Amino acid sequence: MSANAMPLDANLHRREIGSVILALENISLAFGGVQALSDISFDVREHEILAIIGPNGAGKSSLLNVINGVYHPQQGTITFKGEKRHQMNPHKVASQGVARTFQNIALFKGMSVLDNLMTGRNLMMKTGILQQALYWGATQREELVHRARVEEIITFLEIESIRKTPVGRLPYGLQKRVELGRALAAEPTMLLLDEPMAGMNVEEKQDMCRFVLDVNEEFGTTIVLIEHDMGVVMDISDRVVVLDYGKKIGDGAPDDVRNNQAVIDAYLGVKH
Amino acid sequence: MKWLGAISAELKVGPFIEVVLGGLMAGVLYSLVALGFVLIYKASGVFNFAQGAMVLLAALAFARFSEVMPMPVAFLLAALLMVGAAFAIERLVLRHLVNQDGIILFLATFGITYFIEGLGPQLFGDNIYRIDLGMPKEPRIILESMFEGGILINLEDFIAAGIAAALVTFLAIFFQKTATGRALRAVADDHQAAQSVGIPLNRIWVIVWSVSGFVALVAGMIWGSKLGVQFSLVLIALKAIPVVILGGFTSVPGAIVGGLIIGVGEKIAEVYLGPIIGGGIENWFAYVLALAFLLFRPEGLFGERHIDRV
Repeated sequence: MSANAMPLDANLHRREIGSVILALENISLAFGGVQALSDISFDVREHEILAIIGPNGAGKSSLLNVINGVYHPQQGTITFKGEKRHQMNPHKVASQGVARTFQNIALFKGMSVLDNLMTGRNLMMKTGILQQALYWGATQREELVHRARVEEIITFLEIESIRKTPVGRLPYGLQKRVELGRALAAEPTMLLLDEPMAGMNVEEKQDMCRFVLDVNEEFGTTIVLIEHDMGVVMDISDRVVVLDYGKKIGDGAPDDVRNNQAVIDAYLGVKH
Repeated sequence: MKWLGAISAELKVGPFIEVVLGGLMAGVLYSLVALGFVLIYKASGVFNFAQGAMVLLAALAFARFSEVMPMPVAFLLAALLMVGAAFAIERLVLRHLVNQDGIILFLATFGITYFIEGLGPQLFGDNIYRIDLGMPKEPRIILESMFEGGILINLEDFIAAGIAAALVTFLAIFFQKTATGRALRAVADDHQAAQSVGIPLNRIWVIVWSVSGFVALVAGMIWGSKLGVQFSLVLIALKAIPVVILGGFTSVPGAIVGGLIIGVGEKIAEVYLGPIIGGGIENWFAYVLALAFLLFRPEGLFGERHIDRV
């Protein structure tokens, strides 16, 4: 099902696209003998929505995991906010304002929606463990402040009615939404979304598109997303990077990429 | 009240209550050890076989320290030692096993167990040491007016139960209400997701091992003051395994209730079944009960039931 019919307007993107916030240079990643990524370079600019597309197994998720610091590439450098590194570290990346969602939802299933979102703000909580053990004074005030912010996100994502429900009991589409909420709770400058709309029906996809665009517009969050639905990709992204067999075969505005012969070959197959 | 006394004399309610109370008190101590298991399992998904060894180490440390210094100082020092152990375990073992299967971490705790079992006596000696917490030891007889002969209780046991209850309440609130508690639960649920929201796994592991080290210290002190600190503490701690099977690996209340059920169950079995099928029931009753639970309710009384989507 294509998302072309969605009432989305490309003109919605009114925010200015800024300078380069993340630059990947010559990234290569191998698992044993399998070359997952070879010599990939591209930039992400501030406030833009960048889509990474490609057939299954092209290395899209691996690339996200490299940015996020879960995988450590054998070669190449990553420059984030002006700091050049060979590899990232998940905890450090998170504290520098990068939040993410996962392809196979990685929520804390036994915890309520509210608690899941609150974990997103853990990094911002400053009181020490001993103080927390007493749950008194500063700790309690801090908890209230963060709770208020989380409530705003709950309202934004329209999940008020499920805030106390354990996440494991929610249907798939809502879980995806909660996962976005947890990422947003960290108030990230950059958001990595791994197939945020996979397995959703049209209505859920429309909602998710709306949230992604709203986040980008209202908070100026830079968004890097992996998506298979070409309709969605063409509609919401400012720029598209195309991967195939771990190599970058296209990079540009949605329309340019659509007409790129290498991209068409990768998707439709080509006679050798 | 007279009629009650008459009935009780007939049915021997007095002795029965005595047996149950004795069981409850033993159960509280099982619960305390089980609590250490549950904490680590909840917070890191690791079944920590070393909990018994940690009880021994903590008790040994406290017993030897308190020989040469005032008790509160000895307590603090022993607690610090357990925090140090938590740091060492994280640094030397767990850090290298991030994102590994549960079974691998479980086996790693076997290694930790044998190491601590060797190290503890090496550092602190391998005799039997006394811990005297100054709790009243002499048994008392209460409710003499209600039952013939009254009920024999041990005040020490009641104080121990009170300490355990306070500790459990505190931990339950800590887990539910604070940011650190939330982070602990998050790590237990999903390592990778926890990392992605910026929860530092290493620090969480140090915290949770420290907390369970602290629980081990409290358990070790109370066991030690009852039975003396000796190597067999490790074996008593094994009783905590059926307790967590019964109560559920992920439930703090489960550890408590499971401990009480096993404590009472084995005392009743010993006293009332013992004469019929021969003694020694106390030694195996807990394990048979756990086996029955594994057959009919594998997630335990309070454990989370896992229903997987197919």
